[in-house]
Amino acid sequence: MNTFLAEELNLQISSTKQLRSTIVNLSHSHRVLSFAEMVSSQNENSLLSSEGDSQRTQYPYVTGTSVIGIKYKDGILMAADMGGSYGSTIRYKSVERLKQVGKHSLIGASGEISDFQEILKYLDELILHDNMWDDGNSLGPKEVHNYLTRVMYNRRNKFDPLWNSLILGGVKNGKKYLGSVSMIGVHFEDDHVATGFGNHLARPILREEWREDLTFEEGVKLLEKCMRNLLYRDRSAVNKLQIAKITEEGLTISQPYSLKTFWNFAAFQNPTVGAEGSW
Amino acid sequence: MSTEAMDVPKAGFSFDLCRRNEMLTKKGLKSPGYLKTGTTIVGLIFENGVILGADTRATEGPIVADKNCEKIHYMAPNIYCCGAGTAADTEAVTDNISSQLKLHRYHTGRESRVVTALTLLKSHLFRYQGHVSAALVLGGVDVTGPHLHTIYPHGSTDTLPFATMGSGSLAAMAIFESEYREGLTREEGVNLVTKAICSGIFNDLGSGSNVDVCVIEKGKKEYLRNHLTPNPRTYISSKGYTFSKKTEVLLTKITPLKELVDVVQVGGGDAMEE
Repeated sequence: MNTFLAEELNLQISSTKQLRSTIVNLSHSHRVLSFAEMVSSQNENSLLSSEGDSQRTQYPYVTGTSVIGIKYKDGILMAADMGGSYGSTIRYKSVERLKQVGKHSLIGASGEISDFQEILKYLDELILHDNMWDDGNSLGPKEVHNYLTRVMYNRRNKFDPLWNSLILGGVKNGKKYLGSVSMIGVHFEDDHVATGFGNHLARPILREEWREDLTFEEGVKLLEKCMRNLLYRDRSAVNKLQIAKITEEGLTISQPYSLKTFWNFAAFQNPTVGAEGSW
Repeated sequence: MSTEAMDVPKAGFSFDLCRRNEMLTKKGLKSPGYLKTGTTIVGLIFENGVILGADTRATEGPIVADKNCEKIHYMAPNIYCCGAGTAADTEAVTDNISSQLKLHRYHTGRESRVVTALTLLKSHLFRYQGHVSAALVLGGVDVTGPHLHTIYPHGSTDTLPFATMGSGSLAAMAIFESEYREGLTREEGVNLVTKAICSGIFNDLGSGSNVDVCVIEKGKKEYLRNHLTPNPRTYISSKGYTFSKKTEVLLTKITPLKELVDVVQVGGGDAMEE
């Protein structure tokens, strides 16, 4: 039943963005079923509407890979590549996974891209309502992190998760904040965080080499070291990344660029030297 | 040619016991759990040879079964092999191929080559179609130079300048990918291997305790058991074990049994190299 549903959704995802957001809206209000019925010409009700199956299980379709964030001397640095994988193909290569939130925060997301876009909509509404108070106060990173945690946790309790791992960083009133939220609502705050594969490949390096007083250049070098590692060893990584910096003054997200890689080890040139015919 | 130096085993997977095992499981017999090594093992090639490294924790599910086991196995005087996966499988398969190599050395009168060990191991593992759960890092120096290979449980192999295997392989590979260069000196190589194993020990739950290192160069090898012990027991009572006051003391005289036995040293001490 699920694969049939998936095929219908796939059809729509590859057409227009408009339709994609329609699907997301409908799934959010738990009416995927009726939309699928609209779409499918042969109305195979028995396949789609069996009472026993939960209609809320989701599978991620277009996914982003790891995001890494570190605190440095003046604020927060975050890095993410620009790949959107569709299963095992790298379908989109210009997905911006680092976005600004209000005046003081920066969010980076891995996981389902459409769910990330939904989260950005929620955050947009949140910031809008905050600005409408017009009281000179603005939501800081800690508050946004808390809001996101509640959203993710409540969705998970309804068995309808937003399939993302988020990293939220920012500076407000001189205090740096860096936190992470997963799709089931696990959240914590730390000096360096990573999602997905970054947890396995980047955090060991960060645990060794992170210091409180990293300068901007040192921080970027450290992030690039981790991103290069991910590029070598994560199959869904692409060599096009952005680095974002947020300080008390403001936020900048760099232009996309790529890393230099090294492939000239002697052992790679002739791996079976000394053992001709070996494999 | 005269008689076979090594018995060539029958080709293919031996299905003899499968029917019986299936019948037993159906009857409700729980197949015995196995001791896994949830490990970090690494190897790298430096300017003069090969350095292998391993942690020393053996796990049985969530419990640490052995906090100081040996994961670097002897294959030949110039070849060593680290093993990850099921402890019994790594132990048995390396012992088996080590014996075959020794017989082969007697037969040919020459030092064993790393590719020989590689081919014997991969053929064995392929025949068992992945059921022998042994993931190995094989390294050594022979007449053709230093070699480093990884062998996967299904029998595929890779030849690499640096390699990591086991549950802590990603943490160790992160260190290698960022810091490996060609032409490392012995000291730099040992430090890098130690750093990679420590990364596995502290970032992976399946690895822990101490670091074992083995340096193999042309004509010599150095097995550094417990080269680094970054996890000592933190609190040791200076009084040792104190018995409760109510314990009856039967005797306070100690008779050392050693005096009653004559120990005779035979040969050169390498009667059975492990």
